[in-house]
Amino acid sequence: MENLGLFFALAGAALSAGLAGCGSAIGVGIAGQAASGVVTQEPNMFSKVLVLQLLPGTQGIYGLLIAFITLTQIGIMGGSPDISLLKGLLYFAACFPMAIGGLLSAIAQGKCSVAAIGLVAKRPDQFGKAMIFPAMVETYAILALLISILAIFGIQGLAL
Amino acid sequence: MSKVPMKRIFICGMQEDKKSILDLLQRKGVVEISENPEEYEDCDLKTTDTMADRIESDRKASVCERALEILESNAPDPDGGLFKSFEGASSIDVKEYESRALKNDEYYETAEKLIALDKKIAEAKADIPKCETKIETLKPWLGFDLPLDFEGTKESAAFIGSVSDKKDLSEIYEGLMADLDDGVGVDVSIISSSDDMTCIFVVGLRKDKEQIEEALKGIGFAKAQLSKTVPAEEVKNLERQISEDNKFIEACVNDIKALSSERDNLKFLEDYYRARSDKFEALGKMKQTKRTFFMEGYIPKRYAESLTKLLENKYDAVVKVEDPAEDEDVPVELKNGLLTDPMETVVESYSLPGNGEIDPSVITAVFYYIFFGLMLADVGYGILMVAGTGIVLMKCKNIKPGMKKMMKLFLYCGIATIFWGAMFGSFFGDAVTVIATTFFGRPDIKFPVLWFEPVNEPMKELVFAFALGIIHIFTGLTIKLYQCIKAGAYKDAIYDVVFWYMFVGGGIVYLLTMPMITGMLSLGFTFGPTVATVSGAMAIAGCIGVVLTGGRESRNWFKRILKGAYSAYGVSSYLSDVLSYSRLLALGLASGVISTVFNKMGSMLGATWYGVLLFIAVFLVGHAMNLAINVLGSYVHTNRLQFVEFYGKFYDGGGRKFTPFRENTKYYKVKEDD
Repeated sequence: MENLGLFFALAGAALSAGLAGCGSAIGVGIAGQAASGVVTQEPNMFSKVLVLQLLPGTQGIYGLLIAFITLTQIGIMGGSPDISLLKGLLYFAACFPMAIGGLLSAIAQGKCSVAAIGLVAKRPDQFGKAMIFPAMVETYAILALLISILAIFGIQGLAL
Repeated sequence: MSKVPMKRIFICGMQEDKKSILDLLQRKGVVEISENPEEYEDCDLKTTDTMADRIESDRKASVCERALEILESNAPDPDGGLFKSFEGASSIDVKEYESRALKNDEYYETAEKLIALDKKIAEAKADIPKCETKIETLKPWLGFDLPLDFEGTKESAAFIGSVSDKKDLSEIYEGLMADLDDGVGVDVSIISSSDDMTCIFVVGLRKDKEQIEEALKGIGFAKAQLSKTVPAEEVKNLERQISEDNKFIEACVNDIKALSSERDNLKFLEDYYRARSDKFEALGKMKQTKRTFFMEGYIPKRYAESLTKLLENKYDAVVKVEDPAEDEDVPVELKNGLLTDPMETVVESYSLPGNGEIDPSVITAVFYYIFFGLMLADVGYGILMVAGTGIVLMKCKNIKPGMKKMMKLFLYCGIATIFWGAMFGSFFGDAVTVIATTFFGRPDIKFPVLWFEPVNEPMKELVFAFALGIIHIFTGLTIKLYQCIKAGAYKDAIYDVVFWYMFVGGGIVYLLTMPMITGMLSLGFTFGPTVATVSGAMAIAGCIGVVLTGGRESRNWFKRILKGAYSAYGVSSYLSDVLSYSRLLALGLASGVISTVFNKMGSMLGATWYGVLLFIAVFLVGHAMNLAINVLGSYVHTNRLQFVEFYGKFYDGGGRKFTPFRENTKYYKVKEDD
């Protein structure tokens, strides 16, 4: 059981990729339903609504990013995977902002994208503004990502 | 560089020149005609209602559009292709236009012919499944050699039909006999049977017909569908019908294909009717008397003189040009240079500058390219963007203006991406290192890093992003200062801009005198105590200024101070604005790290031949995906930084777009020779 640290670090990475990915899947999914509805009526709106549908997809990528950095740092992607229990728990905590922030913000952003798709369907000229509303939600995923990244890079330097 | 200066234009001319002047104006496309100027209502000038004519023209245009669609689906344009969708209208000269316009009835007949052919095809296509179902229902009767509507002879009565489920002869007799009187005889023969149906032929005496009918009802007998011919014959007829339908469809398709030479004419006709519809709209806005007409509108200053000369020399027309009034709702057109005109699409998608506001395109452009480049930051991706947009721009000389701006936007963003990619040493992520290490055993070969690698020093890039953000926000405030001074609102300039400069600027500098902050940001320097005193005093002075003046529209001092304090609380929004620029780091890292992931995945099988194949496949798919999603992300978030953090400081927009009366055509533009 002396390698429990590694387990917690890996669990953190898994949660950040998994939960943020779930959030994005839900967000992109509901936005995709709205987008399909618009395209049945107006096939030439495809590219515009596609952009709006993809907006909640970034959280999944951020989650992947955090998971990947963690995996590299703890030595699972080549290297010697040997870290203390405390360090493992720290990595676990560091992954948490991205996991939770990614999950919930992607769902909220998906709902916002649905509304934005409705806006573009009625007023195609307002695409620029419609795009900004979901992007406002994403700010919080980016802040979560930032904290996770800084924390992970910070832990690396600690002698624990 | 700026908003195009606009003039008001008044044109008065004779009725007989009306058509030709309208044509001229439409081809020039520089005048926006205003709707019903009301101040002339008491004169004899009247407007005509042209709605009906417009609707008719629109209808004809959509007939042509439909005809072109039919042509395209049956005989695709051989000239079509990847670049066709970017192409705009090509130009034809007046003579050609006039000669083709004369033939519009002829062309319209072609369009209607195409639509009629399409309708015939649709009817024939609908007939085929009908015949097929009939054949299906006749199949059980194929072995039967009487017509299905046979009802018997003089003495006998015949019943042709089916009962449900598979039944054998004895079951049927049993069922029938139960309901029949003694002495009534029937003869049943089974024609065919399947799992869910048995087809039978029942013969009896004519005088027992009713009783037999009742008995048959009892066992669930259903009459077969009528047909006057023998089933086998009927099936043959139906099959012939289907093949005739197919031949007919083929003939119609060939007829359509034969008309494909008319494609250009139909395109011309669609444009002709679209232009006509616009002309009727313009006509509806005019004021007219029996002999004269009058219209007014807006024209960009640079065209005003030449148009006046042209109209006055060519026709008996009077043209007056004057400056619009200060508070008038003048339509806005932006004009920018080579590097900054793609920004017009960005500005337009937010809102065009309103009255008294400057065109923010130039200043937006500077930050736009920097931010986009920072978020994507990869030499390889930048080269792909430059190549892709460059090819489109070179191949399509006739590209639509809006599309051209978009392509140019991504071309310049691509260049910025190459620049930042070089600064951060990223070429398809760490592709150079991975390829050199995996396939050539040379881990020492690296893509040069001109500045630093964000993955190794994320704090450094974060500080850089914040610094850029502070510059961006302060630039926005400066523009507000400029606008206030230009409008002569010096007090507002001091209250709303200078105090904030002192408050936020002083605050930031004061933070940099604290070792804790500089240590956290690893800046490597800390300002001394003198700076601390000065900047602290400045911040406090600014803060007091904001508290005293932030609520200056209230006369009640108590209320005023409360409001002022609330507006000073707005400093927290500056904090969140600056933090928002951390997305420059986050998105930059995301695109970089994900390309690294793909490179790593690709190199997993090592330096074998299948390892090389895997690497190529993962490289192509992975980077294509990463490029697509990150270009989208960079575009969206660059826009957001401009719209929310930057424009929020100085720009309200609300301008109305200049929409001149012109040829809104898809395929042809008439070139007016001067």
